[in-house]
Amino acid sequence: MFARHVVAGLSLFLLASFASATATVENYGYPLTDRFVATVVGTPEGLEPKLPTVQQIRFKKQWLNVFPDRQLPDLLWYGQEMIYSVALQDHPAPLIFLIAGTGAAHNGAKNVNMARAFHQAGFHVVSISSPTYPNFVTSASKTGVVGHALRDAEDLYRVMEMIWAKLDDKIDATSFNLTGYSLGAFNAAYLARLDEDRKSFNFRKVLLINPPVSLYNSISLLDRMIQNIPGGEDNFGQFFDQLVKSFSKVYKQEDDIGGDFLYKAYKDMDLKNEELAALIGVSFRMSSTSLVFTSDVMTDFGFVKPKGLVLDRYANLSMYNEVLRRVGFTDYYHNFFYPYYKGDYPDVTRDEIIAAVSLTEIADYLRGSEKITVMHNQDDIILEPGEIEFFNEVFGDRATIYPYGGHCGNINYTENVAHMLATFTQGAQ
Amino acid sequence: MSSIMPRLISLVAITLLAACSSTPPAEPQVYPEPVFEAKRIVPPEVIDVTSVYDPWEPMNKRIYNFNYHFDQWVFLPVVRGWRAVVPSPARTGVHNFFENFRDVRSAANGLLQASPTKFFQSIGRVLVNSTIGLLGTIDVATSMGMARPDEDFGQTLGHWGVGTGPYLVLPLLGPSNLRDGVGELPDFALQNYLQGDLLAKPVRATTFLFDSIDTRANTSFRYYETGSAFEYNTVRWLYMTKRELDVEK
Repeated sequence: MFARHVVAGLSLFLLASFASATATVENYGYPLTDRFVATVVGTPEGLEPKLPTVQQIRFKKQWLNVFPDRQLPDLLWYGQEMIYSVALQDHPAPLIFLIAGTGAAHNGAKNVNMARAFHQAGFHVVSISSPTYPNFVTSASKTGVVGHALRDAEDLYRVMEMIWAKLDDKIDATSFNLTGYSLGAFNAAYLARLDEDRKSFNFRKVLLINPPVSLYNSISLLDRMIQNIPGGEDNFGQFFDQLVKSFSKVYKQEDDIGGDFLYKAYKDMDLKNEELAALIGVSFRMSSTSLVFTSDVMTDFGFVKPKGLVLDRYANLSMYNEVLRRVGFTDYYHNFFYPYYKGDYPDVTRDEIIAAVSLTEIADYLRGSEKITVMHNQDDIILEPGEIEFFNEVFGDRATIYPYGGHCGNINYTENVAHMLATFTQGAQ
Repeated sequence: MSSIMPRLISLVAITLLAACSSTPPAEPQVYPEPVFEAKRIVPPEVIDVTSVYDPWEPMNKRIYNFNYHFDQWVFLPVVRGWRAVVPSPARTGVHNFFENFRDVRSAANGLLQASPTKFFQSIGRVLVNSTIGLLGTIDVATSMGMARPDEDFGQTLGHWGVGTGPYLVLPLLGPSNLRDGVGELPDFALQNYLQGDLLAKPVRATTFLFDSIDTRANTSFRYYETGSAFEYNTVRWLYMTKRELDVEK
């Protein structure tokens, strides 16, 4: 079943390469032309649009008990309810769901900035954490093992339906819309596909911001970045220590961390590209560490915690933290995710399951779905060489590829925010 | 202050005792080896940079847990009430008022660290804010672009070479270490002394309460909210690193 999809996806992929017409971007003013710098630093101060604060848009946390009968392990006792955020209008308005990227929360910086922009533009905003965020794993993932394109979409769809059921009698939504960045964009594509069958929302517009093509490829790229640590992974300690020291030099001269701090720190620290890559790898590893451990405890799989060993809420976890810092996300895919799902799909091979977790798998749907558009960067670091072509070929002029920005570095840049808003406001009632 | 502190202490003590007595004795049991095991994965010579000297971890984790429950049942509901009842400009005024005392604390510690810069920057802010800023309720100094050193007795001890000692989670106050925890006492005494001199007795009695509410209202951290089982470790490492940088600053 998987193989058939892959073959179908692949042939369409090849066919499409004959006809490609991407929306081109001219005179793009985003200043950071280095992909690693852009990814780490983001958008320098002054180049972001002026937006209302979270207080002004009344961006508020909400709690949702998705599985009331769930018995969580004592160690994860606090994770029963899923936390998300809303910022609502007091009049009928279109509603937009925001899905965060890998390891990120509903109230992470990128989602918050998008919420501010969309609320100002007149949308009801519902912001949801990534299925890879530990709170989502404990409260909203049916299996506790995430990274499966269809099942993650089903988990997200379930919570979106439940959230809407709670909001339905409070607000009037004139249409439903959907966006997400990075892994959240990948989730959004699968959610749009699922919605065609379930029809709870009939999404009007869906925007994918910097999605991966193949999740496995992107994860491998990020995993390999940690190898850029000078002297290899065993020098993690020294590398980190040195980083903190140079960081402190900048910290001493600055009054507060925030705003332009990262940009100044970057300029002052004079990091090499390999070091920036290592930094990205380290930050990715830190989120995967929390995610994988949560899944391990939820399922008692025996990945780093011995199977059967019960850890209480006061248990010392340093050893597991230390082990997981040395285990890549690809290791998780091969030695946890694959054996776990093999139980449900006994015939599936390792390669098939990897191929299935990709946009290629649903390329024919994406090609024909006019409501879905893409905003991406030519130099995104989470794509293998050539993978960016997938978007030109499948989405044609519904894909806008910016020349710079790395991975989501330009997501707060004025022109990109305007693009985001225009996608949803054009032709809206 | 005098009436709530002992009650809180006994509350904490009860929670800790209850938690300790319910811990079952460790039984030796053999578990199957996990897919990735420390002995095989982590070379012995590798140093864990995020490790922190934390011999009191079992107690600290219980206080961490207590702080969460105190937040849920007392602190955060009070903060929400505070936000609902007191209008924003008044809250800012109260906040600035307490920050003005923190500038006095920074001045005193700047002096103790033999740092004229920190001393004069802080005392300058206090003079401006206490006069033009109407007894500290308006932060004129920041509007004028005056730098704001943030110095406390923990940093002063660190400045003169006193080590941090073990990591310590304080009831209500959260992450700290032995040195910084001890440092809270002279800072608190100084603030109490100043407020005792300046404020009428009935007002003085409530300042501790309002200072606490104001501080919590301006701290976005929520216990356990990251959902990560490693949150305690991460917070511990971040706190210790930040304090190390603060002392150097």
